[in-house]
Amino acid sequence: MEAPAARYDLVRAAKDASLTAVLAFFLLLPLIGFKTVQNIRNELALETRWSLLFAFVALAASGRLFYSLIVAPWRARRAAQARPPHEGLVRLRVVFARWFVPFAIGFVLVFPALSIWLAGFQGSIKWIDNFGIQILIYVMLGFGLNIVVGLAGLLDLGYVAFYAVGAYAYALLAKTFGFSFFMLLPLAGCLAAFWGILLGFPVLRLRGDYLAIVTLAFGEIVRLVLINWVDLTNGYAGISGIPRPAFFGIPFNADDDGFAATFGLEYSPLYRTIFLYYLILGLALLTAFVTVRLRRLPIGRAWEALREDEIACRALGINTTHTKLTAFAMGAMFGGFAGSFFAARQGFISPESFTFLESATILAIVVLGGMGSQIGVAVAAIVMIGGTEMLRDLDILKEVFGAEFDPTQYRMLLFGFAMVAIMVWRPRGLIAMREPSVFLKERKAITGDLLKEGHG
Amino acid sequence: MAGVADPLLVVEHLTMRFGGLAAVHDVSFTARRGAITALIGPNGAGKTTVFNCITGFYHPTEGRIALIHGGNEMWDELEPLTRRGQRSTRLGGGALFLLERMPDYLIARQAKIARTFQNIRLFAGMTVLENLLIAQHNRLMAASGFTLLGLLGIGGYAASERAAIDKARRWLDIIGLTERADDPAGELPYGAQRRLEIARAMCTDPVLLCLDEPAAGLNPRESAELKDMILSIRDHFATSVLLIEHDMSVVMEISDHIIVLDYGVKIADGTPDEIRKDAKVIAAYLGVADEEVEAVAAEVGL
Repeated sequence: MEAPAARYDLVRAAKDASLTAVLAFFLLLPLIGFKTVQNIRNELALETRWSLLFAFVALAASGRLFYSLIVAPWRARRAAQARPPHEGLVRLRVVFARWFVPFAIGFVLVFPALSIWLAGFQGSIKWIDNFGIQILIYVMLGFGLNIVVGLAGLLDLGYVAFYAVGAYAYALLAKTFGFSFFMLLPLAGCLAAFWGILLGFPVLRLRGDYLAIVTLAFGEIVRLVLINWVDLTNGYAGISGIPRPAFFGIPFNADDDGFAATFGLEYSPLYRTIFLYYLILGLALLTAFVTVRLRRLPIGRAWEALREDEIACRALGINTTHTKLTAFAMGAMFGGFAGSFFAARQGFISPESFTFLESATILAIVVLGGMGSQIGVAVAAIVMIGGTEMLRDLDILKEVFGAEFDPTQYRMLLFGFAMVAIMVWRPRGLIAMREPSVFLKERKAITGDLLKEGHG
Repeated sequence: MAGVADPLLVVEHLTMRFGGLAAVHDVSFTARRGAITALIGPNGAGKTTVFNCITGFYHPTEGRIALIHGGNEMWDELEPLTRRGQRSTRLGGGALFLLERMPDYLIARQAKIARTFQNIRLFAGMTVLENLLIAQHNRLMAASGFTLLGLLGIGGYAASERAAIDKARRWLDIIGLTERADDPAGELPYGAQRRLEIARAMCTDPVLLCLDEPAAGLNPRESAELKDMILSIRDHFATSVLLIEHDMSVVMEISDHIIVLDYGVKIADGTPDEIRKDAKVIAAYLGVADEEVEAVAAEVGL
């Protein structure tokens, strides 16, 4: 009984593998098979790389063979004996769900100390700045966009515009009038919220794809204005020498009245970095806290109801125009906060920091994290931004692929892979559960399958 | 108005055109306070269009739709208000609304008309309890100081939310879904979803509840329960009911008054007994031309 079936499987697997090989050959022929080089007379010449091409084709075919002979039967066997999850595993999951957030907050609080301990005084700057601060900026942006996309279900492809408004508002006002960071932070947030409402008004009647296109255009308009309004923004050259935030009026510099001198420490740029880290951490936690509270207030529930069914909302007397505008304004405000922090941290901004790619990255963080889930957004930001930063460091890849190999060049490719992988395994994002905002007896999470993405 | 005791909603010369097609043509009727008024007719007769005009989802091409809160003396304001070009007027404890001039959410919020939908529109990804709380949005929104005070934890938002939950709990008891309060609405069986949608509409404290085919897809036992529920809404909650329904057993048993539409025109208007005997209604439902009505009526024994 066993043998014919097995032989049939073998034949089918071989067929499958050869089909994969043929497909891979034609797909990779122009990509890997040919290479353009400049010859000695400075002409462009075509070179073939047959061995490399066949190596890749063989890799694809054997991979497919491995899958259909070993992985697929194993998965089928496992699915057949689907037993309830192990008891210990269930308990572990409960403990994890209970302690993950306190643990994560504790970890980010001690992160600077941890990295100084592990990487030393000088080495820790890179970790705190490139990883800590960079990731937290995106966590905060993700939280902000999550209000618009995840809760209210309005697809916004131009979120970076509000980030830019916040950054330029801080840069220009701080340079021109010399206001302090903590004074300008709320102001930049309000300005961004104002622009959010301004964008919201004309696009409210649009839904879905149309809304996405118009918000995309809005993002580009803001960027082009920043480029072309040279008198105000200095165009492509950007704005430099933006005042950095001070610690209760004490600047972080090597002067006698600087932070290090005041506290009797040796001057190091590390202090500013740690200060900025806690600043953005505070901002991100504030955003998370406000979002959690908003979700339990009528406005948050109305946002989610809007995502679920706009017509039913109107039949229940909810002013959908106001509800959408508050979502836009709230999301934009947090984008503005993040933007002014970004300007204060960099000390230099130019329109190049506010391209569509940024909007796409933030949206990808929200979608990968699981729309509406704060923890998911935070994890996705760590994976996407932390992963990109890691790639800068992977010198080990250079030893494998040669000295010319630049790992960061493959960042977008890996982005794509991560997207495809997550969308295959977790089509609703990393955390596809919705926590009800209120409960009578027991808080039960709602599976993502029931949730709607919104119609714009 | 004239001839009808205690009118709540008066629809006059309602016409709704979509391009060249008149979905509803010159329809006038009255729904009485404390009564169940049914709107029936064959498929495509324009019943849902009338509903959409009343609840503001469509703006009628022609006609006037007026609703009062409070005493009948408010009807005296109808002509002055129409001439003034305003949406509504409040006098003493009463109010008069011209619905064709109001946007949908204000009709629900101010004129207090609630509705359900032919294809159920629950917030599927939210719990049963959350669905009932969203219906109380406007009151809660005011209680949370339009979010600002609620965000800071100032003021009595917690108390109002408790009151809203109590109200939701009362309705959960009525529709028998208390046990499932924390389950997502999308996971409920069909009949329970219908009941929940009615309860959600009732949580807005309406004076008029518009039900669009509430018995569609229900089994006989569920539709008997539904009948009791609609009757108890009329008797215990000071809410009048306007109903679109195809299930004649439901319509004939619970309606106080029936309006029949066919091809967008009103063909009959009366008590269930009058409608049952009306030759034009029978013809419309059997699909015969006017001149054959008598022959067919004789044949079926009327």
